[in-house]
Amino acid sequence: MENQVLIDKFSAEFAAIQQSLNGKSESPFNNVRKAAMAQFERLGFPTPRHEEWKYSNLKKSLASDYNYHVESKLNENDVKSVPLPNLHGNVLYFVNGIYKAEYSEIVTPTDKLKIMTFKEAQAEIPEILEAHFSKHVDSENEAFSALNTALANDGVVVYIADNQTLEEPIIMRMLGDVTTENVGAIVRNLIIVGQNAEVKVAEAYRTMGEKASFTNAVTEIHVGKDARVDYYKVQNENDFSTHVGTTQVYQEDRSYFYAATFTINGGFVRNNLNIILDGEHIETFMYGLYIPNENQHVDNHSVVDHRKPNSVSNELYKGILMDKSTGVFNGKIFVREDAQKTNAYQNCRNVIVSKDATMNTKPQLEIWADDVKCSHGTTTGQLNDEAIFYMQSRGIPKDEAIRLQLLAFAEDVVSKIKIDTIHEYLEGLIIEKLGE
Amino acid sequence: MLKISDLKASVDGKQILNGINLEVKPGEVHAIMGPNGSGKSTLASVLAGREEYEIEGGSVVYQNQDLLELSPEDRAAAGIFLAFQYPVEIPGVTTINFLKTAVNQIRKKNGQEPMDAASFLRMMREKSKLVKIDPELLKRSLNEGFSGGEKKRNEIFQMAMLEPTLGILDETDSGLDIDALRIVSDGVNELRKDKTRSFIVVTHYQRLLDYIVPDFVHVLYKGRIVKSGTKELAKELEEKGYDWIKEEVDGQVPA
Ligand SMILES: Nc1ncnc2c1ncn2[C@@H]1O[C@H](COP(=O)(O)OP(=O)(O)OP(=O)(O)O)[C@@H](O)[C@H]1O
Ligand SMILES: [Mg+2]
Repeated sequence: MENQVLIDKFSAEFAAIQQSLNGKSESPFNNVRKAAMAQFERLGFPTPRHEEWKYSNLKKSLASDYNYHVESKLNENDVKSVPLPNLHGNVLYFVNGIYKAEYSEIVTPTDKLKIMTFKEAQAEIPEILEAHFSKHVDSENEAFSALNTALANDGVVVYIADNQTLEEPIIMRMLGDVTTENVGAIVRNLIIVGQNAEVKVAEAYRTMGEKASFTNAVTEIHVGKDARVDYYKVQNENDFSTHVGTTQVYQEDRSYFYAATFTINGGFVRNNLNIILDGEHIETFMYGLYIPNENQHVDNHSVVDHRKPNSVSNELYKGILMDKSTGVFNGKIFVREDAQKTNAYQNCRNVIVSKDATMNTKPQLEIWADDVKCSHGTTTGQLNDEAIFYMQSRGIPKDEAIRLQLLAFAEDVVSKIKIDTIHEYLEGLIIEKLGE
Repeated sequence: MLKISDLKASVDGKQILNGINLEVKPGEVHAIMGPNGSGKSTLASVLAGREEYEIEGGSVVYQNQDLLELSPEDRAAAGIFLAFQYPVEIPGVTTINFLKTAVNQIRKKNGQEPMDAASFLRMMREKSKLVKIDPELLKRSLNEGFSGGEKKRNEIFQMAMLEPTLGILDETDSGLDIDALRIVSDGVNELRKDKTRSFIVVTHYQRLLDYIVPDFVHVLYKGRIVKSGTKELAKELEEKGYDWIKEEVDGQVPA
């Protein structure tokens, strides 16, 4: 097995945590973690021989040393100086994966919204935690999810009670402090959205500093019956960052879930978006935009699992690949035997701006029901030279014409963002990056 | 204003322009006619600066500068405008935003301040009236899903907005209904009132030349201007077609 040294390091860390827990180690929460650790030790880290990691080689990322549980020396002012325009709402700060309650600003009253550490949740809502924590995360096959579950500790449980509509979004600012050393972070959060509740959530990842980082993130989202959730993941980390993240979603009857994943910058990025539609009349939307340049690598894997009849899922990912960057899109749609009258659509469109960039796409539909409407398509094209000449002939310089065309390409994903802060922030970032 | 001398151009190794000579003076309108595939659009594209076309020889001097040296955007800033035979659809960019960018880029190149939003809107309103283009159309993605006639009208609208010194119209009349033809011609004639402005009008139909009366008519055939005359030449072509010209030319060069 490769990377045995690294695996042993995590095993030792886990053992130390267990030691420190003394009496409490048989709690359901901890039992889940113990089982996950065993899975991780069995699995080890994936290599390109692993089917799901064929085009994403972690070798270089794993070769660096990272320090975990680094207490950042940044103070509140440093953390809050990282710009985000028009920031309002429930703003949660995390530094190196560790929740900073003292910096966070919760504006929604606690009867509507509870933000708890895992420790608090074990005390306050033990049954609810047990019912949802790591219920659908695939620790059996996904090494990073197993490791993340085993080491889950520093994140939060977000709990939105039944029938509550949150006017203000929840914005989770995930800061990686890599000003002085390489940092490893385990980011683990659980979001439980009660029946008929409504919320908008954003996770915004961002590094401060120029050292390397390795983030292993898992967000679990439970979407109760008739609930409505908008979820944004925005990644803007430095070129030396590695991010392996899983968003695991479980939807019940008549719920609505919208996910938008924007990868603006990052060295090596792997996003897994797994959605289980375990109810009828569910609506699911997945949007994505990635714009890697230089040697960046962005891999988006999604799994949409239709288990019951009469639901709709719709997925649109778009990529702009510059320089020597590489991209991967792997979209799986499962339509189970019971899931008659399913509508499932998937589309992945890419523009390759440089001849040295590459994109690998793999749609994968597995349909066991007979009365369904499913479609998928992927396109990878170049810039439209005709359009560029047309714009030039009207006085628009070539690089500006290219930028306009790329912005227009990104627009139908960007325009769907419903949190102003995130919309404005992203537009700025995209314009800036494409202008380089 | 514009002097084309012995211009030769090729695309993909195929020579298309075989020595064009043409001089356009300020205020003049030159019509270019000629059979399909004779090189009319190629000439227009070369003047606008399309990169695919390789210049094999000759020169083009525009307002005392070597036009062939300039990028397409610099040509636009210098006052050259090409109304495309096949306007390009640009999804996701509205005509309004596109023109705002274009106008301000040109102003920037010419050392002018960007136009403020109010003046720009006023100008848009005025010019859209001139070519009777539906303002709703301008809020949509540029040319996307526009009818053939709407696209052509939008070309003239853009020309009116950019107020070029040399307008090149490549078959702007094709696909226009009779009313639109008149409106588009009125738009051009309005711009013609400025006597420093010149036009090269590529067309297959003498009808357009009843509205936009040219000073000269040229026939392009096999990449050369093989006959030049006044608007009477267009009438003659309308009656007799191109065969007599082809015979004249091909007869001179035995196969
Ligand atoms: N990109 C290209 N690649 C290959 N051949 C080309 C290309 N562009 C033009 N040609 C050829 O050059 C010749 C001249 O074309 P051009 O479009 O200039 O003709 P035209 O006079 O405008 O014709 P029409 O009246 O049909 O518009 C044609 O034979 C055409 O096929
Ligand atoms: Mg033509």
